[in-house]
Amino acid sequence: MNHLDKLEAQSVYILREAYRSFPNLAMLWSIGKDSTVLLWLTRKAFFGHVPYPLVHIDTAFKIPAMIAYRDEIAVQWDLNLVVGQNKEALSRGETYPDGLDRLSCCKKLKSDALKYTLDGTWARRKWNPYKKEWEEELNGAPYTGVIVGVRADEEGSRSKERVFSARDEKSEWDASTQPPELWNQYKTDFAPGTHVRIHPLLEWTELNIWEYIQRENIPIIDLYFNKGNGKRYRSLGCYPCTAPVDSEARNTQEIIDELTSGKFKDIAERSGRAQDKDGGGTLERLRKEGYM
Amino acid sequence: MQRLNIVITGHVDHGKSTLIGRLLADTDSLPQGKLESVKKMCENNARPFEYAFLLDALEDEQKQGITIDSARVFFQSQKREYIIIDAPGHIEFLKNMISGASRAEAALLLIDAKEGVAENSKRHGMLLSLLGIKQIAVVVNKMDLVNFSEVAFNKLKIEYTEYLASLGVKADIFIPISARGGVNLIEHAPQTPWYQGKTVLEVLDGFESIEEKANDDFRMPLQDVYKFTRDNDDRRIYAGTVSSGVLHVNDEVIFYPSLKRSRVASIESFNTEVKSSVKENEAVGFTLQTQIYVKNGEVVARADQSAPKVSNRFEANLFWLGTKPLELNKPYKIKIGSAQSTIYLEEIKRVIDGDTLDSDDEPHVSRHEAACVIFRVHDLLAMEQFGENQKLGRFVIVDEYDIAGGGIITEVLEQYTTRRTKALHVNTVLVDKAGENAEFEEELFALLRKHFPHQFN
Repeated sequence: MNHLDKLEAQSVYILREAYRSFPNLAMLWSIGKDSTVLLWLTRKAFFGHVPYPLVHIDTAFKIPAMIAYRDEIAVQWDLNLVVGQNKEALSRGETYPDGLDRLSCCKKLKSDALKYTLDGTWARRKWNPYKKEWEEELNGAPYTGVIVGVRADEEGSRSKERVFSARDEKSEWDASTQPPELWNQYKTDFAPGTHVRIHPLLEWTELNIWEYIQRENIPIIDLYFNKGNGKRYRSLGCYPCTAPVDSEARNTQEIIDELTSGKFKDIAERSGRAQDKDGGGTLERLRKEGYM
Repeated sequence: MQRLNIVITGHVDHGKSTLIGRLLADTDSLPQGKLESVKKMCENNARPFEYAFLLDALEDEQKQGITIDSARVFFQSQKREYIIIDAPGHIEFLKNMISGASRAEAALLLIDAKEGVAENSKRHGMLLSLLGIKQIAVVVNKMDLVNFSEVAFNKLKIEYTEYLASLGVKADIFIPISARGGVNLIEHAPQTPWYQGKTVLEVLDGFESIEEKANDDFRMPLQDVYKFTRDNDDRRIYAGTVSSGVLHVNDEVIFYPSLKRSRVASIESFNTEVKSSVKENEAVGFTLQTQIYVKNGEVVARADQSAPKVSNRFEANLFWLGTKPLELNKPYKIKIGSAQSTIYLEEIKRVIDGDTLDSDDEPHVSRHEAACVIFRVHDLLAMEQFGENQKLGRFVIVDEYDIAGGGIITEVLEQYTTRRTKALHVNTVLVDKAGENAEFEEELFALLRKHFPHQFN
């Protein structure tokens, strides 16, 4: 087994463990490369099937190509897609482009939207792959297990996550009271009202993700590639806060070269993300409040 | 590039995070600007810079100056890639140390040259042995505080070697270092001319990755059985991760403890070439030539190879992390392989005190203690002794919703039964049991599978 085989096997084990343990399981799909790899690993684990819904939080500020790609893949792979949005904040203009600070915008459009979509308080828009149409779900059952594609190498607080990580009633994470996690036995029991975040990609690095995309030929969104203007996205988010990087990489192999020997060898992946930089510990604060 | 998981453990303030921070900085493994930004942050807060701050990235940790949880740090040498797990040394966070260490293939045990062998130096040494980590190197840090004295180093080495030997842990490697000063981390330092051994980086590169042993008999805990009816998919797939050995198409398999048999019809996978066999560590799925009803958690073995042991009683070395002490005859949940059942503590044979390792007068197992115990399980389970098969010989205990303890099986004991005399052979009882309710069982399972496809273990 090479290192990608090992990572794949471990992630598949984790996904199967989540699937058999949580009656109401969902996976977050941000459209980015990590959660798209997670979606591919789901098809590996379940022999071509995707047996749980994919939740996407639409901030309304996502790069339009992301939404088009999302809907196209959903049709192609017969996905149960669930979309959540903070309609109230959007209609009141409580967003960064409307003058709110970045962190409050992230909290409203991402953390809050995620929290109330997961617990079923807010309406969910669902793609029905059988009828091929969108439906609205009111008072949906809360998801008790949520699969998330965070990686330990991304940023400090993510490096301390458990594979199965409990969130309390308020969706909050307390790093200091995490129960132990031994060998490949994870936290699969949970108190009423709480939910568990499942992190199958913790031990993958950015490079591993690209190597795997190349090996499996995963149809990743093309925003990651330079299409002639010398720019590409290295990390995807909302357009007001995510800048493309200068890069000539036009395909997966050229991205791998760039990461192993080229210009991004020593530069952090989230360097194009503005919200990480507003004061120390920012992302950790967001994560405590339920951000991915 | 190959990857190795390493854990760094030791007593609080003995300098684990500093060691890792320094290793990262000296091998250019940090992202551009990280060192500068942490230095600048220290300047802004009027605090002296510490290499540990590179790791203790959580806000709370910087405030208190301790490591709360096991961070995973990615690191590369010329030889391979490492995930270094920085395990907290503070007693309060022992559960985090164990979580970190349980993922490791090798360990560095850090000791403060001035303070000497401390409570957690001992406890961590013991826990590493309970976790089954065999490759251990001892790093004697803060040698600058004892003037790089060879005498002080040797004294510590003798004391700790003796202690580890009493646990059955063999540590051949002791390295004198100063993490803060970068002494003997990457290159041999002039401060310790009397030391001819390897540097920390050389020792790391010398550790061996635990390789698969293809000679072992096939074992696979059955994680789940899938039947996805979508798109007219009528495959019934038996899925799990192979813990040892090799399985081929057409091999006859037996499920334990139900003793049901069939032959492998096909190996299933997605986006690969058609497979004719699977081996250790692969997450796999196969179909069978006949449809049989088996439970999640049973262990699959090959009919032409040895059988796993089946029982409901075993002796184990256990470490307890629960906030409440371990209680006799209280129902807990056990998770072993892919199986779950209710478990009762039958007897505490001996408490291993982390500090003195002496037997206790009144046996009780409180938080952070280890003990030799006997457990009784509600159901029959397939299991192995840890020395023979690590993956099927280790288990966790769940109290309420959280994992509260873990252990390794030192001996599978004779089956406990109220109805029959104890002398009956385990397998004889099993055959009877399998025959008794077979028909009802199959019908019930068919119903359960139909209505709750992924709801039962």
